[in-house]
Amino acid sequence: MNKEWTHLRELESESIYILRETVAQFRNPVLLYSIGKDSSVLVHLARKAFYPGPLPFPLLHVDTGYKFKEMLEFRDRFTKEIGARLIVHRNEDAIAAGAHPLKLGVARCCGQLKTAALLHALDHYQFDAAIGGARREEERSRAKERVFSLRDAFGQWDPRRQRPELWSLYSGAIHEGETMRVFPLSNWTERDIWQYIVQEHISVVPLYFAQERLVVRRNGTLIPADDSAHLKDGEVPEKLWVRFRTLGCSPCTGAVESRASTLEEIAEETVSAKISERSTRIIDHGANTMEDKKREGYF
Amino acid sequence: MSSNVLRFTTAGNVDDGKSTLIGRLLVETQGAFEDQIEGAKRENERRGGKGIDFSLLTDGLKAEREQGITIDVAYRYFATSKRKFIIADAPGHEQYTRNLVTSASNSDLAVILIDARNGIMTQSRRHAFIAHLLGIRHFIVAINKMDLVDFRPERYEEIRRDFTNFIDRLGGAAVYCVPISALEGDLVTEPSERMPWYKGPKLLELLETIEVDDEQHKLHFRFPIQLVNRPPASPEFPDFRGYMGRIASGSIRVGDHVMVLPSRARTTVTGIVSMDGPLQEAFARQSVTLTLADDLDISRGDLLSCEPHPPQVRTEFKATLCWMNERKLHLNHRYVLRHTTKTVRAIINEIDYRLDVNTLERQSPVTELQANDIGQVRIKTLQPIVCDPYSVNRLTGGFIIVDENNDTVAAGMIQEN
Repeated sequence: MNKEWTHLRELESESIYILRETVAQFRNPVLLYSIGKDSSVLVHLARKAFYPGPLPFPLLHVDTGYKFKEMLEFRDRFTKEIGARLIVHRNEDAIAAGAHPLKLGVARCCGQLKTAALLHALDHYQFDAAIGGARREEERSRAKERVFSLRDAFGQWDPRRQRPELWSLYSGAIHEGETMRVFPLSNWTERDIWQYIVQEHISVVPLYFAQERLVVRRNGTLIPADDSAHLKDGEVPEKLWVRFRTLGCSPCTGAVESRASTLEEIAEETVSAKISERSTRIIDHGANTMEDKKREGYF
Repeated sequence: MSSNVLRFTTAGNVDDGKSTLIGRLLVETQGAFEDQIEGAKRENERRGGKGIDFSLLTDGLKAEREQGITIDVAYRYFATSKRKFIIADAPGHEQYTRNLVTSASNSDLAVILIDARNGIMTQSRRHAFIAHLLGIRHFIVAINKMDLVDFRPERYEEIRRDFTNFIDRLGGAAVYCVPISALEGDLVTEPSERMPWYKGPKLLELLETIEVDDEQHKLHFRFPIQLVNRPPASPEFPDFRGYMGRIASGSIRVGDHVMVLPSRARTTVTGIVSMDGPLQEAFARQSVTLTLADDLDISRGDLLSCEPHPPQVRTEFKATLCWMNERKLHLNHRYVLRHTTKTVRAIINEIDYRLDVNTLERQSPVTELQANDIGQVRIKTLQPIVCDPYSVNRLTGGFIIVDENNDTVAAGMIQEN
């Protein structure tokens, strides 16, 4: 037996198998590209899966208009570099109407700028499978998520209609109007993701690396103090050594205090982390949980 | 060779402390984070409890909490310096057989929890039977709540003997027993001063060190084709034709003779292509792309095998079936059968018997299988499938049945003729 068979090789191999099953079983799949570390790993795995061929599906970025500019720069450079087909989709009506978390509340803002935009894009381009980088370890309601997760004609998730998944048999059979979300990284943890990024020299958005940044403290979270944060009265930005563990929209993504400025230091920090990565994501807090959002069609 | 990933399933009765055990493993190996632990604490206090209730960490969906049911298998992750662990946690009550079958199908080891006060009950036997049926050959018996039997070694010894006897009746497997208190932490990840008579490894040490000795590597080469790769011509690959798949068992080297099934055409492997450069050899579990010497008509659902030991090509076979859906099995109804990368039409035309999973008694004649029933059936397929008996190879011997609603209604295991 191969002595090089590490847990990362096992995870990689399983993910490649899932990506290939998706292409084999669906007419028009798409990869949901969020520009974050998990997306970067996912795209890397997809390139490996279909090598020496090109990626057999486009990348879809649902842009809320609140993504960090470093993310957009990275997205455009990276997708060009690997020759991927990139589709950017925005809910222009909501953006024009000035949707903002401080105005609408986080749940409604996400619902309009992310969920509605995603569902619209899937419908518009007639995608029947959307490959995403979600991991079961990330959040409690994801622990029971399937690798092939069925959504009804309204994009909604019903835990009772999910199919048992045995051995490596994933059933992609769907009826007219239904779609599948596919999660090749289901069995990866945050720690695995960083170890793999180090091992494979995968490039990621510079926001993951620590540097001095202007932030404000809001409800115990460090929010970047750029324009889109709309500072409230009395909030004073301060300069701190911080980095981002996850990347979402700038008004809703908290930073963590850190000095980790290399991939190795980040991987090291992740191993000893005491707080879960989703704790910096405001979307997970409050009465409207990840589970509710998933039911509505959220990624 | 021990794998660096251990996939195991956990089974136990309601109230035997399974959630507490998993919660403790997660917390003590840093598989759970402080904010999650805090959340579980707050939730417990809201419910009038005190301190941390480990089980709240592993509690699932709001839909389940609201309805007081457990729908599904939950997956949990933790790692130590020795291994990464994937727990497929099957709930204890409703839909039990279905969930345990699902979680066992992908596991190499089962942790069976037994309440030291009750000993081996009907449910424990059922758990062990199903795990064994699905091919699990490594069992850790965690004899829990030792604090409630005064840490008596006689009690441990008695349960150990009973369980080993039961496994022997099933056909044998490696059994490791450890006395624990999941609630108080004895012998889970920490030693116990209260059980000096126990000289063996702690539960976590067992999980870290048991060699699951991946059987798939020792079996004959099996490579179900997922897709054919024909990229546009490039200078490096002017006329590339590769076969993509994950090696189900055995290994392959460049230059090996292979047989394509079901056509029985023969050819030679000319290359193992990867983005990291060409490989000379590849093993079970690896996802690879192979190139072959001859241009043959090969597509998804075909299987490459080593030449001297091909699998069987069959349209009729006996199988053990676990029915999983509320709509019961209809004899002679047209179903879809998914096996490796092949999808075929199939009918189930006979039920030989139903197994009482509590007594292991074979009941016949029977005319139907309902949700959570296990039985032996006869199946006919419209096109041939390329398979091995499940007892020989789990990946080329297992299949699922899908009905016209696209629901996965059953899991099956092909038997030797």
